[in-house]
Amino acid sequence: MLCQNCQEQEASVHYTQVVNGQKKEMHLCEQCAQGEGYMDFANENLSLHHFLTNMFPFDQTKDQTQQQMTSAQTIQCEGCGLTYHEFRHQGKFGCSQCYEAFSDYLDPIFKRVHSGNTEHVGKIPKRLGGNLHKHREINQLQEQMQQKINEEDFEEAANIRDRIRHLKEELHDDHGGES
Amino acid sequence: MSLQDFINDAISPWMNDEGQDSDIVLSTRIRLARNLKQVPFPTSGDQSSQEKVLEHIEQEFNNQSYEDFKKFQLVKMADIESVEKRVLVEKHLMSPNLAENSQTGAVLISENEQASVMINEEDHLRIQLYYPGLGLSEALQQAQKLDDWFEERTRYAFNEEKGYLTSCPTNVGTGLRASVMMHLPALTMTNQMTRMAPEINKLGLVVRGIYGEGSEALGALYQISNQMTLGKSEEDIIQDLQSVVSQVIESERQSREWVMQQSGIQLEDRIFRSYGVLAHSRIIESKEAAKCLSDVRLGIDLGLIKNISKTILNELMVLTQPGFLQHYAKKSLQPAERDWFRANLIRERLQLEQY
Ligand SMILES: [Zn+2]
Ligand SMILES: [Zn+2]
Repeated sequence: MLCQNCQEQEASVHYTQVVNGQKKEMHLCEQCAQGEGYMDFANENLSLHHFLTNMFPFDQTKDQTQQQMTSAQTIQCEGCGLTYHEFRHQGKFGCSQCYEAFSDYLDPIFKRVHSGNTEHVGKIPKRLGGNLHKHREINQLQEQMQQKINEEDFEEAANIRDRIRHLKEELHDDHGGES
Repeated sequence: MSLQDFINDAISPWMNDEGQDSDIVLSTRIRLARNLKQVPFPTSGDQSSQEKVLEHIEQEFNNQSYEDFKKFQLVKMADIESVEKRVLVEKHLMSPNLAENSQTGAVLISENEQASVMINEEDHLRIQLYYPGLGLSEALQQAQKLDDWFEERTRYAFNEEKGYLTSCPTNVGTGLRASVMMHLPALTMTNQMTRMAPEINKLGLVVRGIYGEGSEALGALYQISNQMTLGKSEEDIIQDLQSVVSQVIESERQSREWVMQQSGIQLEDRIFRSYGVLAHSRIIESKEAAKCLSDVRLGIDLGLIKNISKTILNELMVLTQPGFLQHYAKKSLQPAERDWFRANLIRERLQLEQY
């Protein structure tokens, strides 16, 4: 068997990985395997590449959505000029505006890659997200308040309500500042 | 250069520290993918914007000190030879992918080599942080601090709904990839990894191992990392990984005990045969070296082999890669010469232990 990478030398390293329940096999010659750094952390790209090849859910329903897809293929990002067709082919965006340009078609991809999720709930950059932090805190406090009400702990619920009110006032004051 | 000097040069200072559960976990890595606002991603191929990113990072961060990381030094791909690139890759300070961007690729490396930031890899910035042994939450904390430091002087591409925007859809959201490198010889020997890997997979984690001709993973080394980056907070990602890793550690410990009870003498024989091969062979190819190193490391962990330091597996795994072998040989080596050189280096390294 020839090395999948260079197609020149005999493959001697057989590399298997399991991604989302699917077993993928790699057959590389020793040089390529070493070059790929198969034994270290740097190897991420190699493995994700396989993942990407069946990342796109549209492939399976090609017939039904053929028409829809033909129009999607020609959508182009104004920021970098990448078309949706090219994005699907290379599996990589060209700039942050691509996210908006292709937004109608991305959620099924995100769901597939991120176990059904489409929304970020993690860190928010400090400089960008002064208000975002507050919005998120208000949401959390509102959930807590509801829970206290359910537990009939009205005193604590009132405390939380005051904190929410305070945060909302701060948001109001910040209005016009950097967001 | 003496072998000791060479090793000191090759092994990053943090690798000598003994981390938590270091009998099973070799190292922990946290990686954060970040891009700058309103600049096309490196994947767009736009050369001038990559140059601007590099210029900005050089101006703001080269030779700057930050807390315990001390000074960061910028290494540009355009300025170094291919063997030096290979060495940086083998030290895990950058990816092979970055080495290929010889025009605008660069890496900022902290003085203790625990942190490195790749510039113009697939994303503008890839912040990497290593920890010896198992140290997921500590590593995350440090990486977040570094991220904050970068954010003070740059603007990130971030979107309220999708989080940190990355060139690959598999990284969007937190941009966080947390990985743990584990040495699992007993689970491998008893064939349990083939059963466990798909189970771990169902939990949204990726297990990677290397397979030679047989069914055993090469060097019994496995990397477990998160797949999902969107829809979960950084802390939850880390916690979920941590709980799985802890279970794997527990299973490996139980299996080691079981193997010792069931077939102690066979195991001891295997370990000392491998020790013999490392100590005396004149030609050794990388796969055999990996297997023997794994056995010897297990022997050290089980207390069967004494007077050899634990870090020998981590160390020789790094040292016996082609880039380092050639760096040490001070010339390029053919594959056959490498096997010969590898055997020499391992023998010499083992001798260092005895005095
Ligand atoms: Zn090859
Ligand atoms: Zn774009």
